[in-house]
Amino acid sequence: MLDGRSQIKRKLPPRLILSAGWLILLGAAAMLAPWIAPKDPLAQDLFLGQLPPAWVQGHEPGYLLGTDSLGRDVLSRILYGTRLALTVALLAGSITCIIGATLGLLAGFLRGWVDIMISRAIDIWMAFPPVLFSILLIAVLGPGLTSIIIAIVVIDWTRFARVIRAEAMTQGAMDYVASAQVAGRTRLSTMFTEILPNVLPTITVLLTLEMGIAIIVEAILSFVNLSISTDDPTWGGMIAEGRTSIHQAWWVLVFPLITLFLTVLSFSQLGEGLKDRFDPVLR
Amino acid sequence: MQLLQSVLTRLFTTLITLIGVAVIVFFVIRVVPGTPIAMMLPPGATEDDVARLTALYGLDKSIPQQFLIWLSGTLHGDFGTSITTRQPVLALVLSRLPATLELSIMALVIATAIGGFMALTGTRLRGTKTEAAIDISNGMALSVPDFLWGLILILGFGVLIPIFHISGRISPSLDLPFTSNFYLFESVLRLRFDLWADIVAHMFMPALALAIPLAAIIGQLLKQSLKETMHLDYVTLARTKGYGENHVILHEALPNAILPTLTLVGVQFTFLIGGTVIIERLFSYEGLGNMAIDAVINRDLPLIQGIVILFAVIFTAVNLLVDLCYAALNPRLRHA
Repeated sequence: MLDGRSQIKRKLPPRLILSAGWLILLGAAAMLAPWIAPKDPLAQDLFLGQLPPAWVQGHEPGYLLGTDSLGRDVLSRILYGTRLALTVALLAGSITCIIGATLGLLAGFLRGWVDIMISRAIDIWMAFPPVLFSILLIAVLGPGLTSIIIAIVVIDWTRFARVIRAEAMTQGAMDYVASAQVAGRTRLSTMFTEILPNVLPTITVLLTLEMGIAIIVEAILSFVNLSISTDDPTWGGMIAEGRTSIHQAWWVLVFPLITLFLTVLSFSQLGEGLKDRFDPVLR
Repeated sequence: MQLLQSVLTRLFTTLITLIGVAVIVFFVIRVVPGTPIAMMLPPGATEDDVARLTALYGLDKSIPQQFLIWLSGTLHGDFGTSITTRQPVLALVLSRLPATLELSIMALVIATAIGGFMALTGTRLRGTKTEAAIDISNGMALSVPDFLWGLILILGFGVLIPIFHISGRISPSLDLPFTSNFYLFESVLRLRFDLWADIVAHMFMPALALAIPLAAIIGQLLKQSLKETMHLDYVTLARTKGYGENHVILHEALPNAILPTLTLVGVQFTFLIGGTVIIERLFSYEGLGNMAIDAVINRDLPLIQGIVILFAVIFTAVNLLVDLCYAALNPRLRHA
């Protein structure tokens, strides 16, 4: 007998492996930051300001990726910044997913006035510039992790709702749904037991993509100095600082930027890779 | 007749969307803990100051009343007065709008040029390594947002090979003869190509950063729809008539393949305009987005409201325009 499962496994695309690998590495770095960071990420030493990375002339031992203008170790700050980035990705991503997908399911399957209300709200949301909206929300809510998560959820739920609504509409028109109805299920029970499992692959893909987006939003908010308290290391905050000292100390910008770039790319490639695996037709 | 009806319906939903935006912005700013006055005043303000300012901005009235006053003002073109600059919001916002429009349109042109070139080259050289390379670079460009492209461009062409400016809109040392704020446009009209070159050297990096993701979308979509069109019978017919491959792609396949791309480009263009907010900040470009972030940081509520509403108007206008273009270009919709 032909084993389809092993056949698929053999074709695991390299981009899935690479991106998953990077994200696992990042997760490990976030958890182990206090043990693997070579320095205290907040320790300042003005005599060691703007030290270049270890392979450039004028470096100091122990500062592998150099220091920023306040003499703080770039590598340690990147490692600690991973914690906030991944926390935001996981929490904001999953809450946005649950709220957005539920609203999308309700609109697409129940139709009627529920659909009209939710669709109209999506239209209104699409008229907001998202970055400006998130900055505005943080300004109103005050900085902090909770505010960042609320801002991302409030803005990005439409990403899920739009797509899942369309999927739920397609699924809702299928025969198996009709037979579930004939069997005497309630609408809501049909929605969760019949429609939800069928849109779950799409939800997983969207969730992966959303995690990358959440990380970017957090970086942008830190960049304009509206994320969390200014002391804690964030990738966006480091990038903002690197942007101002770019002509004197390129490494302050380059290393957090590379980390952010690879992370966002990984989430996105993981999402696209999953999309291909779940549904070859989507390609 | 039916076209007119669908246009009217579309206008009506657009109006509802805009009112929705107005309501949300208004309430987000006011309902959340802490009165706007507390945000406006410096620390150490007296009770008297608070009362005076509250009355000045009409904040002593109930929230629905405040909303009606604000809405009627907005509809009459009175967006209030900026708290930080003490100037009318509408004048401030309109003075910055040209900079953002020029940037967005330049980005759209760049995106269309790059994306179109990618799609046509990929179609012409289908099945080769070049096509594979185009697909991979499109995928990369799509995966990473404009904010990161902006930073990479700053590093690459602002620092490593400094051939472009990475901050501002025009060199501050230059004498500006302009009467409008459409610098790029006016420099061409006045035939001042020295100024034009300086402006383009400032705008090119932020415009390219905004353009890269959109170029990838255009490239992917147009290539896909060209691929489908190339298999149609009439294209095969053109080929058997002896037309060359370039002619077949440009004159036979492209006109038919372009329509699905157009609709998507419209929606994506609004995302691009939304992206100007952070890109302008990144490149210290004096447009609406940069002003918006300053307004948020300074808690300048009337200004924030004005800018968000203006962005919403632009977004909905672009969407409306795309729908109308689509209706006008698509014969199936025209005769329906």
